[in-house]
Amino acid sequence: MKFCLFHLMPYAPLDLTFDEKYPSSWMALPNSYYDPKQGHVLYNRYLDELELGDQLGFDVLCVNEHHQTAYGLMATPGVLAGALSRRTKRARIAVLGRALPLLNNPLSVAEEYAILDNITGGRLIAGFVRGIGVEYHSTGANPAKSHERFHEAHDLILQAWTRIGPFPFEGKHYQFQYVNLWPRPYQQPHPPIWIPSQGSTETIDWASHPDRKYTYLQTFSPVSQVKRFHTQYKETAERYGYEASADKLGWALPIYVSDTDESARREAKPHIEAMYNKFLRMPLEFLLPPGYTSVASMKKLRQAKASFTSDKPPDCDEFIRRGMFICGSPETVRQTLEHHQNDIGFNVLVAMMQIGSMPGELTRRSMTLLAEKVMPKLRDPIGVESPALAVG
Amino acid sequence: MASSTTETVRVGDCSVNVMRGGKGPPLLFLHGAGGAGLWLPFMAALSERYDVIVPDHPGFGRSDTPDWLDQLSDLAYFYLDFIEALGLDRVHLVGHSLGGWIAAEIAVRNTRRLRTLTLVGAAGLHVNGVAKGDIFVWSQEERVRNLFVDQRFAEQRLAQTITEEQGDIAIKNELRTADLAWQPRFHDPQLRKWLHRIDVPTLIVWGEGDKIFPKPYGEAYHRLIKGSRLEVLPACGHLPQVEKADAFVDLFTRFATEHAS
Repeated sequence: MKFCLFHLMPYAPLDLTFDEKYPSSWMALPNSYYDPKQGHVLYNRYLDELELGDQLGFDVLCVNEHHQTAYGLMATPGVLAGALSRRTKRARIAVLGRALPLLNNPLSVAEEYAILDNITGGRLIAGFVRGIGVEYHSTGANPAKSHERFHEAHDLILQAWTRIGPFPFEGKHYQFQYVNLWPRPYQQPHPPIWIPSQGSTETIDWASHPDRKYTYLQTFSPVSQVKRFHTQYKETAERYGYEASADKLGWALPIYVSDTDESARREAKPHIEAMYNKFLRMPLEFLLPPGYTSVASMKKLRQAKASFTSDKPPDCDEFIRRGMFICGSPETVRQTLEHHQNDIGFNVLVAMMQIGSMPGELTRRSMTLLAEKVMPKLRDPIGVESPALAVG
Repeated sequence: MASSTTETVRVGDCSVNVMRGGKGPPLLFLHGAGGAGLWLPFMAALSERYDVIVPDHPGFGRSDTPDWLDQLSDLAYFYLDFIEALGLDRVHLVGHSLGGWIAAEIAVRNTRRLRTLTLVGAAGLHVNGVAKGDIFVWSQEERVRNLFVDQRFAEQRLAQTITEEQGDIAIKNELRTADLAWQPRFHDPQLRKWLHRIDVPTLIVWGEGDKIFPKPYGEAYHRLIKGSRLEVLPACGHLPQVEKADAFVDLFTRFATEHAS
């Protein structure tokens, strides 16, 4: 299994009573809640945590992109990845943004990623996402044009990386007379591409297509959903005529390790509950602006809404039970991961180790326990890439 | 009251669903973001004097969603074709909200087949410093409540059970509205430059308590369309044709009669 250390860089000191006044920590929460002096300390602490991940032997350090929210402060992830690119020497660096439809010029992403790839000598993993629904409110990008813009921006970036310029790009949303990228990416033909998603048939069909075979990360979902969408990826690959390797499947979730199961739950409880129930919460209208999903998916989500909103917020034990959080002693965490890996068949684990309001000390101890007591026993990958079957 | 029929009209490669009723000069009503819905009392009342034609816009309701539909001005050109295809002339063009924006975009392009223009709580402009209501962050209930001053209309609407088809159409209409009006939000910054081209008698009807496009939006249209008449209805929200149906029909009929020839 590949171990990736993921960071959201949340505004950990957030006054958690904010939700008495505001519907969400996204978009609507006034930025007077943000104290730049604390922010200075936080950004440096969080970068230290990622650098510690490099020393502890994590395979990949992951930064992320969110806008106008206390949930994650990496609005421009390339800056954070740039800071890491010089201070780390071993781990790969994954940018699990960039939200292509939210950006006006995808070529700036092609450039940013190519520079990171050059500085690190090919340690970059390039992420592409659509951004979450509320970010279409925050940025003004049109949610109904999101899929089209995502696909076109992706095609433009891939061409910019792989074709010799200057050449013209003639799209519907993007038109350029001269595409001629300096620098070209260090990795040839281009850096590996990872697609984080909450799970959609469209994304899986696209990511698993034989032209792409991109690594698919199921993010922050109950483990039953992870299994469902990973299975869907494998089945889609089969229909395309090849067998998907476990290396192409990833699971992103918060993980916390302490000495015992009991201490782990006690220490993590306020932070995991803050993350899911405070930082991440938002009204349906924020989460799903019209057009962000198809009419059919929107219909299903609306129908699911009634039961969803009547639930009282889940607690730490409930998140563990649903498999949205792995928490416990090193042995419990090892067994849980091993069980799910064998059951589902993935080789990429994206572990978010700083969770919501969690302080640095707990974060570093949990990371160290995972690295020293869990990772060594689960290093071996399962499954190997099979040669493509006849594509017909 | 006159009844209506429903038919499918094909213009170019696009089939649209059209409600039509009454006899007299043609009155083309362009619906707002919520869709045309049912044959409403104001339509029935108008159909006693006019040939009332109420299409579902391309991309809305039961109409096709053509590949060429990318921006709001595409609908303006479509309706110029639609008017020609149906052989309509001396048309009273009435547009509400999003449909008012389409009507304005039609009229700046070509008024040859228009007799009058009526804009009701119309989108299309932005007035700096006057915030529009953000229907996209309102909950379903808030959206209904914010349409009306008299909450009895909202209660009535909220109490209605909707069929599965109506539910699907509501989602389709919301998606298309976002597609056409998300950014810049419910307006085209270029439109105001060309409103002076409108050379047919123009009536602007606004609810004094419109929470989506507040009254200054109506005043802006009034300033920018020369010779236009502005009628602001007190104790009325975003749907004057529903909330003040009698007053609306009366205002329109008097205006249209004045400009009948």
